[in-house]
Amino acid sequence: MELRFTDEERAFRQEVRAWIDENLPAETRERMASGRTPTKAMQIDWQKRLYAKGWAVPHWPVEWGGQKWSAIQRFILSEEMQSTPAPSPLGFNANMLGPVMIAFGTEEQKKHFLPKIASLDLWFCQGFSEPGAGSDLASLKTRAVREGDHYIVNGQKTWTTLAQHADWIFLLVRTDPGAAKQQEGISFLIADMKTPGITVRPIITIDGAHEVNEVFLDDVKVPVENLIGTENRGWDCAKFLLSNERTGQARVGASKERIRRLKLIAKEAPGGARPVMEDPRFRSRLTEVEVQLKALEMTTLRVLADENRQLSQRKPNPASSVLKIRGTELQQAISELYVMAAGPYGLVASDPEADRWNEPEVAQDWQTLAQATYFNWRKQSIYGGSTEIQKNIMAKAFLGL
Amino acid sequence: MDFDLSEDQRLLQDSLAKLLKDKYAFEQRKGYMASETGWSRDVWAAYADLGLLAMPFAEDDGGLGYGAVETMIVAEQFGRALALEPFIPTVVIGGAFLRHGATAEQRAALVPQIAEGKLLLAFAHTETQSRFDLNDVATTAKKDGAGWVIEGRKGVVVHGDTADQIIVTARVSGGRRDRDGIEVFLIPADTQGVTRRGFKTSDGQRAADITFDNVKVSADAKLNGGLALAERVVDEAIAALGAEAIGCMEASKDLTIEYLKTRKQFGRPIGSFQSLQHRAAEMMVCLEQARSMAMLAAMMASEEDPAERRRQMRAVKIEIGRNARFVGQQTVQMHGGIAMTMEYVGGHYLKRLTVIENMFGDVDHHLAALSEEGGVFVAA
Repeated sequence: MELRFTDEERAFRQEVRAWIDENLPAETRERMASGRTPTKAMQIDWQKRLYAKGWAVPHWPVEWGGQKWSAIQRFILSEEMQSTPAPSPLGFNANMLGPVMIAFGTEEQKKHFLPKIASLDLWFCQGFSEPGAGSDLASLKTRAVREGDHYIVNGQKTWTTLAQHADWIFLLVRTDPGAAKQQEGISFLIADMKTPGITVRPIITIDGAHEVNEVFLDDVKVPVENLIGTENRGWDCAKFLLSNERTGQARVGASKERIRRLKLIAKEAPGGARPVMEDPRFRSRLTEVEVQLKALEMTTLRVLADENRQLSQRKPNPASSVLKIRGTELQQAISELYVMAAGPYGLVASDPEADRWNEPEVAQDWQTLAQATYFNWRKQSIYGGSTEIQKNIMAKAFLGL
Repeated sequence: MDFDLSEDQRLLQDSLAKLLKDKYAFEQRKGYMASETGWSRDVWAAYADLGLLAMPFAEDDGGLGYGAVETMIVAEQFGRALALEPFIPTVVIGGAFLRHGATAEQRAALVPQIAEGKLLLAFAHTETQSRFDLNDVATTAKKDGAGWVIEGRKGVVVHGDTADQIIVTARVSGGRRDRDGIEVFLIPADTQGVTRRGFKTSDGQRAADITFDNVKVSADAKLNGGLALAERVVDEAIAALGAEAIGCMEASKDLTIEYLKTRKQFGRPIGSFQSLQHRAAEMMVCLEQARSMAMLAAMMASEEDPAERRRQMRAVKIEIGRNARFVGQQTVQMHGGIAMTMEYVGGHYLKRLTVIENMFGDVDHHLAALSEEGGVFVAA
């Protein structure tokens, strides 16, 4: 048992940090440090820089642009990006579709798409959820009917994150409505968003942001070569994709950065007789969150060390379920601390879609974002398998209940 | 970074688990608890045979030269078994005082006796007014020729009733709560003027209230290091207690899961009810987060920077304390009435976890202090 980073790992961290410092555009960094999400142009620009460096998809096989890194090295890169803060490579491309295509795609698909997925030449969005299929994803109804060389797709997807930016979409569709189990009649397709019959309608979330969308599919013609894997076996791809979402969801690096910033802010933030940071109740709550975050950091490292093992020696690790549950709880708790720190000026609603709405300044940027972020982050314990679904999984997989 | 046990460490874990399986069935434990000492001298001798009592000491002093990871492994097993013997007071705490604060001659004289199971130690630091503050010391030590005279009273000295020597914090100068002016003394329990009143603690273990009335000790009774020494030792104790809590929580969780599978109400196993499944899953989350902190503690126990070590140990104590409370309480709640009885092991886990939570500072004590010190992640 060796519980410290090695000298090589420390040196690697320094190298990563120096490279990010040198290459991350100042305006991207500023925007992210203020707690906002990167613009489309910033996301693409940054991912292209990472791609040129060979760091966009280090977890992929080397032949497709990956690195021969340990899980710890990959963690260090991702933690450094989160703590700078810099945009992370687009998850839909790097962590979801890419690995699925590597595992299930044909050689032609891999050759054509993987470089574009890694470099963000093609921005993909995820068409999984439907109005009637949330936690019970396998009940999805979007239908694809084979006609000659095409599937004709009809249906509706929802919660489609950043579909307004996307060039392509990956979709779960029902190809065999008569299958004995509902999981068995599903296929995994990809489609060009410019295909006639695809309509994107914005959904404005309670923070006022346009992040998610509805996607309507109306007699959309998808060529059969856009099928990933085997027809009616799309659920295998979906399960594989969801199981890849493990350590990323804890987002410890991002939470540490948010806490670091909050401490600086709270030192200055007026709290009546004294700055907010000197209020013992506030500080104690903050410390409580930090302590849990420290534990989560250690849990993340335990899961990572486990991922370093040969696949065959790997046992399902209950610690991995902890990451999603506690990771999202802590991000939410931190957003509540920002609301506390902002006080009455937290009531000012930012307009996330307008760049200069706060000129002249009504309240400081961080104050106007505090409640918006708090509202927005309620989503975290809902998506990617809600907390309740995670607990169902744990009860079955690890507790045998 | 590597969280796996080495071959030797696994061997240590297995051999102790086997010993405890033989010696620590619930009924056997009851017998030890009811005995005069409140624990088993035979089992203690078996620990000595396994080498457990020599673990943390340098090989030159007659020990095995093991580190905090081995202590963690052993303490976790003791937690699983709810073992009653004074391992932490004698080997972890007493051992750390000797390693960091005693002279080579003292170590040469005492370590072999500890290793053989012939010498027991206890740490007397709590006073009626001190609560959890190690620096709040009213007990005095006054120069008396070459030696010292100790005056004062210490409470809740864990395993102080059977200890052969007592390690005592006493003030040589300054005001009651000053950080300066505190020294640590090693005092034979049979010294004239030492009066002990033994009692049971709420988890069924033993402790003593000890009065020091004009107790004369020689110059070499004073260990080297004062308050900083005591704080360092307490940090190592927190790591060991944390590991013990993990063992206790794990056994408690396993027992509860087993019960959920077998106990039937309304014609089906109660584990089929989702509200209980989710609570059981939450227990598991708590256990894993706490386990991570026990590992952090093992890593930080040897940290030389006292401020950094202290900060991390506070975090350990807070996180393990909070999670232990949840697991202990839910063990009783999900069992229902049976875990309210002395005859069933379930409630005993809650009792031990509660005692651990309240040793060397409770959650709020460390939260307040850690907040004051700038939190876990201090600006680099």
